[in-house]
Amino acid sequence: MSYYFAIIGTQDNPLFEHEFGTSKQGGDGIARFPEQARHMNQFIVHSSLDIVEEVQWGGGQMYLKCIDRFYNNYVSCFVTGGNVKFLLLHAPSQPAGANQNRASTSIAANPTSPQAEEAIKQFFTEVYENWVKTIMNPFYQVNMEVKSPVFRGRVAAAGKKYL
Amino acid sequence: MASQPIKPSLAGNASQSQRTSQLGLRYPSNGKTIYHRPLNRSRTQELSQASFAYLFGEMVSYAQKRVTGIQDLEKRLNVQGHPIGLKLFDLLLYREPPRTQTRPLNIIALLQFITTILWRHLFSRPADALEKSSNPDTPDEYMISDNDPLVNQYISVPKEMNQLNCAAFVAGIVEGVCDGAGFPARVTAHSVGKGEEGELWPGKTVFLVKFQQEVVEREAYLPKN
Repeated sequence: MSYYFAIIGTQDNPLFEHEFGTSKQGGDGIARFPEQARHMNQFIVHSSLDIVEEVQWGGGQMYLKCIDRFYNNYVSCFVTGGNVKFLLLHAPSQPAGANQNRASTSIAANPTSPQAEEAIKQFFTEVYENWVKTIMNPFYQVNMEVKSPVFRGRVAAAGKKYL
Repeated sequence: MASQPIKPSLAGNASQSQRTSQLGLRYPSNGKTIYHRPLNRSRTQELSQASFAYLFGEMVSYAQKRVTGIQDLEKRLNVQGHPIGLKLFDLLLYREPPRTQTRPLNIIALLQFITTILWRHLFSRPADALEKSSNPDTPDEYMISDNDPLVNQYISVPKEMNQLNCAAFVAGIVEGVCDGAGFPARVTAHSVGKGEEGELWPGKTVFLVKFQQEVVEREAYLPKN
């Protein structure tokens, strides 16, 4: 139930990255990626950019749902007007033994369920609002890295609220 | 990294100002960052034309001191308008009601967005006409015409520079919107005021939007809805 969120600019360059875990159902909000999987997250997310570009011209909506799957990792995407992509990778962890039945209906364990899609859509909408505020900054040029700790805090809060 | 969980929006102001000295980031004295400002515009929040005219006049004279020709002056104004177009596109898409919040997928949809929503945002009225070029050599040119561009109202152009049209600034905004949406284009402003129909609208300006080759190819390739 860990999430890796990245914002990719128009030149396929990453502008912002954030890892967090689920805060629902007793989760503590800290990402639990195995050490060797952490750098793979970036690769997986960037390799799904090709699929994003194919899908974005098929329909005009901004939220493209789950577009890619790599073993246990699911990637969902949101495309903004300025062709900046928000990518969220979720890796449901497998709890061993007795917890399996209770956890199987939660959002984090079922990344393709309609509740999960709805929750992720709300998360993306809130991040989009903060993103528009970021780009309205007259000193922000397109494809600049986002370093503001306030923005990071807002994204983390949105993650805690919806995921 | 900052490991304290930050409380959402206004409640976090006190803790933020305490951490100011550690982060080296300066916050305004009332603790409100740009993230606290609302994005949806209230009805009365419009800018006065006088302030804009003053600023625009200054922009034109600033550019004029530094350039050697009319083309360069128009290019400078164009470059100043471009980032505004990029930001406006996302802002206007955000403000649309969710049902109509779609990215434009083809040229016509994009141009309709520009002539209605963008023009209404900038000038409180939609653009006057949108035409496709009938010249078979240039099928990728479209023309947006505006009978009385607001930006030119207080700019007086001397007779020896009468090819200059300061609506190049608005052309830059339109170019920014096109580039942001994924339809790279070159947009230029031309005055067609003096002529047969010019007597009704002496300041009539036509914005010529010329899309690049790959846009036309993609347009032909995608299925027509």
